[in-house]
Amino acid sequence: MNHLPLIIKREYLTKVKNKSFIVMTILSPIIMIALISVVAYLSQLNNDKVRTISILDESGLVKDIFENTDNTTYHILENMNLEDAKALVLESSAYGLLYIDKLDAIDLVSKNIRFYSKESPSLTLISDLEYHIQTELTNQNRINQDIDVEKLKHSKIDVTIQQENFDGEKTSKIDSIVKLIFGGATGYLLFMFIIIYGNMIMRSVIEEKTSRIIEIIISSVKPVQLMLGKIIGTSLAGITQFVIWLILGGVLMMIVSAVFGIDMAQSPQQDMLQQAMGNAEVNTKAQEVLAAFYNLPITNLIIAFILFFIGGYLLYSSLYAAIGAAVDNETDTQQFLIPIMIPLILAVYIGIFTVIEDPHGIVSTVFSFVPLTSPVVMLMRIPFGVPLWQQLISLLLLVGTFLLTVWFAAKIYRVGILMYGKKPSYKELIKWIKY
Amino acid sequence: MSNLLEVDSVSKNFGSFKALNNVSINVPKGSIFGLLGPNGAGKTTLIRVINQITMPDSGKVLLDGDLLNENHIKDIGYLPEERGLYKSMKVGEQALYLAQLKGLSKPEAKARLKYWFERLEIEGWWHKKIQELSKGMAQKIQFVVTVLHQPKLLIFDEPFSGFDPINANLIKDEILRLREDGATVIFSTHRMESVEELCDDIALIHQSNKILDGKLVDIKRQYKINTYEVGIRVNQHHVLQQELSQKFDVSPANFKTLEDELKLNIKLPEGEKSNDLLGFLASKGEVSHFVELIPSVNDIFIQTVKDN
Repeated sequence: MNHLPLIIKREYLTKVKNKSFIVMTILSPIIMIALISVVAYLSQLNNDKVRTISILDESGLVKDIFENTDNTTYHILENMNLEDAKALVLESSAYGLLYIDKLDAIDLVSKNIRFYSKESPSLTLISDLEYHIQTELTNQNRINQDIDVEKLKHSKIDVTIQQENFDGEKTSKIDSIVKLIFGGATGYLLFMFIIIYGNMIMRSVIEEKTSRIIEIIISSVKPVQLMLGKIIGTSLAGITQFVIWLILGGVLMMIVSAVFGIDMAQSPQQDMLQQAMGNAEVNTKAQEVLAAFYNLPITNLIIAFILFFIGGYLLYSSLYAAIGAAVDNETDTQQFLIPIMIPLILAVYIGIFTVIEDPHGIVSTVFSFVPLTSPVVMLMRIPFGVPLWQQLISLLLLVGTFLLTVWFAAKIYRVGILMYGKKPSYKELIKWIKY
Repeated sequence: MSNLLEVDSVSKNFGSFKALNNVSINVPKGSIFGLLGPNGAGKTTLIRVINQITMPDSGKVLLDGDLLNENHIKDIGYLPEERGLYKSMKVGEQALYLAQLKGLSKPEAKARLKYWFERLEIEGWWHKKIQELSKGMAQKIQFVVTVLHQPKLLIFDEPFSGFDPINANLIKDEILRLREDGATVIFSTHRMESVEELCDDIALIHQSNKILDGKLVDIKRQYKINTYEVGIRVNQHHVLQQELSQKFDVSPANFKTLEDELKLNIKLPEGEKSNDLLGFLASKGEVSHFVELIPSVNDIFIQTVKDN
């Protein structure tokens, strides 16, 4: 008799109807969005404050270049010495004092610019000041040395290397970044999924053991069927939760940004980037990002994502199920969890550090074949283009290992669920396989 | 009478540990079969083999003449000693799920559950969670789930543990009624008085070996010690006792009487009739007590295990 659908249904429904599961499903995105909103709001609040900066320019070289902006007002001090200026600024509510000494040569001036403030000034402010002063002083220096500034400007050459593979497909640096983000996101998603729902499976096996219902169940169904039903049912509940998170998160994000006008994408780091590159450039970059996205091997990615995700997830979750069967309570699981966490963490680190450096290097390639790390590493490599034969071999290895693991896990499961009392050692686990 | 279950030379090892060594038992159709043995003897392993939870290393098991296979799952109802239910699941849903695992259709399972819940007067529990019930209440649900699919063979491992005397009696009556309806029952327990009361046949397993089996009456006959417990009203106890000790194996006995009687256990030699003893005693005084000592299952259990 095939009871698999019945078991899957029960596992799914108990998970989904569980109160803490429902609360987690609804609250998690709300908490996340609230957190992001608060952070975004706070940093915006910080930026909104208008700062007054007093400038004492004894050299007279740069005092004209500062223009007030939305959050910075420049106040030029004149006809006083440094000590008076300091005292004045300290009394006022000004943020700080920029002091440019009167010296003979521009390079001397440039080396003796000081900024006085009560607390250490923000990084963005200093780089902003430095950028403006540097541009002006460079210009003046060029004029002093009889260099034609206009000519110089026109003589500047921009170089962007056009990357193209031998088949004529164009790539670019932006492409690489998009690939990296895409690969990283999928790999990390799998990693999170395995940890969250693997643990859930393990707990549900332990629950059956501690409630002693297990013997009643397996007098009706085969342990392997029960284990597979558990894994599939819990995974479906996990997918349900993930989809709800995505939808709810997206909707909330839209509501929050519409109602409070907080631009989530606007972060101080991006401001700096924009200042450094100039606004016009950013716009073209955005288009390039979009183009790069369309350049990704989308079909390959989606198919590979589904296959490697399922394969990798099932592989790990059967290990989690076996651990659940081997122990009596959750505190005993640590000893067995470490050996399966190590390859998982290794995979993520290899993905992040090595694949970025060299997606087709020996380390990345090898680990994208090793079954316990291949799902994560291969998913991170695929955006950079992996030959089909490599993907297939890796997938075959993964499926083979998965079948082997299920067999092995089922053996431990079958014996373990009827064992109570002491925590088994690895030696005993190996003995169980032979029963 | 034919056998419903035949276990034929079944052995099972766990690593180097022998859990069952060449065990054979026959369970007659319609009987209540007591499976006895000290802790760790191998009873649970044998029951698990019959339930196809554990596969035997060698030997075979026949149910109703057929080698045990997957289709037999619905023919067996098993109440394990280590039992429990999903704590956070509702009673009704849970019972339905377990019944469906035994091959009942959902509407059928629902109808039968309704019948049983009414019978045991527990209709109000349908929407309760197991964690809200007491241990005894949960045991009742387990009993219902075990018998719901009307299996040919019922296996109860310590069915009365956790029940108060009233409920234990209720369950005992239900077991007897199920037997009336044609079910065969295997009954594993350490409570010898229940064995005495219920079982037709027994098997005794000790250290992985079956050391005794057969009809309970036959076994008792076999263990008969030809000893009689007697009470006689005489004036001089020691005179009669001395006279008796010369002819028989005599030891003092202890039981409640109204007068000051001479109380003795007297073992008859082979071939002597109990009537002759009674006649002899009657000539000496008034016999108030004359009972053949029948070995209890408890005695047989202890003696057999010690001898092995």
